[in-house]
Amino acid sequence: MKRAIERHLNILEFTLASLLRRKAKNFSLLAMYLMVVFMLASLQFFVTALKREAAIILDDAPDMVVQRLTAGRQDLVPTGHAAEIARIRGVTAVRPRLWGYYYDALNGANYTVMAGDDTSAKTESASIGSGVAKARNLAVGDLLPLIGYDKAPVMVEIGTIFPSGSDLIAADLIIISPANFQRLFNLPGGQATDLAVTVRNPKELATVAAKIAELFPGSRPILKSEIQRTYQSVFDWRGGMTLMILASALLSFIIFAWDKATGLSAEERKEIGILKSIGWETSDVLLLKFWEGIVISLTAFLLGTILAYGHVFFLSAPLFVQALKGWSVIYPRFQLVPVVDAYQLAVLFFLTVVPYTTATIIPCWRAATTDPDAAMRY
Amino acid sequence: MIELSNLTKSFNSGQPNQFTAVDNVTLAINPQQITVLKGPSGSGKTSLLSMIGCMARPTSGRIFLRGVAAALPFRQDGADAVEITSLPERFLNEIRRSTFGFIFQQFNLVKGISVLENVMLPAYPTGEGRAEFRARAVSLLEQFSIARLASQRVELLSGGELQRVAIARALINNPSIIIADEPTAHLDSKLSHEFMEIVGRLKGEGKSVLIASHDPIVFDSPLIDTLVEMRDGAIVASRSCR
Ligand SMILES: Nc1ncnc2c1ncn2[C@@H]1O[C@H](COP(=O)(O)OP(=O)(O)OP(=O)(O)O)[C@@H](O)[C@H]1O
Ligand SMILES: [Mg+2]
Repeated sequence: MKRAIERHLNILEFTLASLLRRKAKNFSLLAMYLMVVFMLASLQFFVTALKREAAIILDDAPDMVVQRLTAGRQDLVPTGHAAEIARIRGVTAVRPRLWGYYYDALNGANYTVMAGDDTSAKTESASIGSGVAKARNLAVGDLLPLIGYDKAPVMVEIGTIFPSGSDLIAADLIIISPANFQRLFNLPGGQATDLAVTVRNPKELATVAAKIAELFPGSRPILKSEIQRTYQSVFDWRGGMTLMILASALLSFIIFAWDKATGLSAEERKEIGILKSIGWETSDVLLLKFWEGIVISLTAFLLGTILAYGHVFFLSAPLFVQALKGWSVIYPRFQLVPVVDAYQLAVLFFLTVVPYTTATIIPCWRAATTDPDAAMRY
Repeated sequence: MIELSNLTKSFNSGQPNQFTAVDNVTLAINPQQITVLKGPSGSGKTSLLSMIGCMARPTSGRIFLRGVAAALPFRQDGADAVEITSLPERFLNEIRRSTFGFIFQQFNLVKGISVLENVMLPAYPTGEGRAEFRARAVSLLEQFSIARLASQRVELLSGGELQRVAIARALINNPSIIIADEPTAHLDSKLSHEFMEIVGRLKGEGKSVLIASHDPIVFDSPLIDTLVEMRDGAIVASRSCR
């Protein structure tokens, strides 16, 4: 047992010395490999983290949202509908919601403005996301003037700032009182943006939705599961586009690596002959080549993954933000909560380490099985 | 002691270009002596050496190694001799590693790595601790006065230095038999004499040395014990020089 380990260590040691001989070749190979792994792992971390963010956000979302369509466009819903929907069997609660977008001319950002339903708070009070706080340099107690539809300012006082890094969407949020909301956007009374419906039994969601559609022909009930699916597919689609580009990069790398690894030079062939002639067995030579492949590919994999982790979770994926996010301009920087999908990482491992190592060993097979006495006749 | 009995090596057997390089050779090679195989080019010296050194298998005939059995992890029916031609590949390798040290005509050193590493190379797969064989390698380099070159890459060495590195490498696993094929073919006469001196020293340390050569510096050397003459794969004369 000890001898077996020593044998591995000794051969590994020689592998390293041997790799250092062709520094330029091996380092350029490693660098390229590293880059491919880095990009793939970054993308993977990024998409996984975004999906999780979305899932967290949707967790708090209502089971069903009812919108009203006028001429195919979303329109305000009379709050009177709420009471009627609440009478449908299985519906536990209906809450009219008020929300919209606010363009901040000062820094070109778009905020999501919602009316809070907490009536106990002061009318002027507002809660804002960390992104807004940062963009406007606000602290609790500060006054924030919002410009109303008629250019008249609506002053709100910051009561709460949502903690940063909690999630992606809360960052651009401003929650104000319903009265201020109405003043800001000149909304007619008795109208809501949409209705949030809570249903006791999730199995009845579809039935309830059908009943609502029947009751109010112009309405459009949207289930949470549908939104979830849309989110996932948007991320998957965008991720897929980027993946396609990366896959082609990976493919060209594989071809390159295959070429490098398989083309056994005359010198390498002779070297294998020498090793055999001085007492190395075929299995020793193959072990040497195995370690050679492992050292390069595992280094690339580990380093690439670690760099990708830093890139996505510490630097907020500067390389992908443009391609994948497309949220409002308020996110020049945002912090993703680290999540690592072990399964995907394992797939990446097998896609990078295994093929390369195989490509390194296979061509040596023939050279390694030659008779040791061939070296006598060089 | 090595005993060869009716040893034959044919290439391309059964084909029109069949060629018998070693033809029915029977020979006893004494332990702790210097034996030189002499003969014209193509007479089968290299072929014979590679069979003795467990590098190639004979077409027919047997090779017995005596006095090495103790070093091996297995025994053949309690005898002190090991018949190597019938052994499986794995055991052949084991014997080759533990019993023989090879010095090649072209030295066959690995380029790009250091002298010390070249010397240690045959020990890597044996599973011995690195520290141990490293110490042995260093002391071999000292013994051949090339210790200062230990970290030098081999392509920068002179012919005489290369040769001494090759000898040191042959000795790293403490073999009892040294096999050298045309060791002086690339050396001038001074270096060739130096080589024979080293061979004499090895014999003094109790090693058996087997050399194939058509260099008179080798086969006329006063140090050698037995001279075997080959022609067309057969032994034409074998005499003791003592
Ligand atoms: N693999 C092989 N296939 C066919 N013929 C071979 C092979 N190896 C050696 N021979 C032939 O066997 C003969 C003996 O070769 P060998 O190398 O043993 O001679 P040698 O005495 O060492 O010659 P030299 O002094 O030139 O080294 C030669 O004629 C050679 O051509
Ligand atoms: Mg020869």
